[in-house]
Amino acid sequence: MDVLGGLLVVAGAAFLLLGGLGLVRMPDVFNRIQAGTKATTLGTLLSLAGFAGLQPDWTLKLFLIGLFVLFTNPLSSQVLARAAHRAGAEESPLTTVDVLNDEQGK
Amino acid sequence: MRSFALLFLTLFLFWVLLNGSLAPDVLVVGAAAALIIAALFPKALSALTDLRPTPRALLTAVAYVFYFLKELIKSNLAVAAIVLSPNLPVNPGIVKVRTKLKSQMGRMLLANSITLTPGTLTVELAGEWLYIHWVTVDAPDIDHATASIVAGFERYLEVMYG
Repeated sequence: MDVLGGLLVVAGAAFLLLGGLGLVRMPDVFNRIQAGTKATTLGTLLSLAGFAGLQPDWTLKLFLIGLFVLFTNPLSSQVLARAAHRAGAEESPLTTVDVLNDEQGK
Repeated sequence: MRSFALLFLTLFLFWVLLNGSLAPDVLVVGAAAALIIAALFPKALSALTDLRPTPRALLTAVAYVFYFLKELIKSNLAVAAIVLSPNLPVNPGIVKVRTKLKSQMGRMLLANSITLTPGTLTVELAGEWLYIHWVTVDAPDIDHATASIVAGFERYLEVMYG
């Protein structure tokens, strides 16, 4: 159980690292939100699952923390993205289509 | 009244699970706090709001959790591959999709599920239309985007919330 828990924590940390790397590499604010807030979702969940393996007594509370992350994470990233778009954040030149801009006549 | 009771129940259940105890003082404090919060936010949504109280809806909810986890892992690996590849093969854009869901909670869960799976991010919601930022746009028109982003989750949420 300890070994499994440890492996899960390491896997979670690897996803968190990838999230950080994405934050640096992605071209504009929307893509960065994608990498920064969501590659980390799986990272956090895996870490929490790993902690549950290491400390079985904490399982229920860790599960609740996981639920909390699942409900709050998308809300915050969605509000960030909406605010960025309304404020007219610059989009990467790689952007192929923006229906929202087209409809608002920008 | 129904939404008040549901919010109260959700909060109280969360409190009890978080405490992991059924001692009377814990229960009393939790009930008082849940009562006050539920009274202050009578229109707040709870995950139980609008959930159809049928066995089929509950079974679908369980299936939905597994489907969601599968999608989460799949799309996390896809984004990881993008971030790691040297030439950063992104093709970002904002597309418009349409949902068949009518209930508020169903729409909120759909928007959240889309946001949680990496690669797609709900930017704006207007009635039945959702505007999605997509890291790798492979179909800019409404029908195709709807089929590849929304349809999978919608199949479950439709049964759960309608």
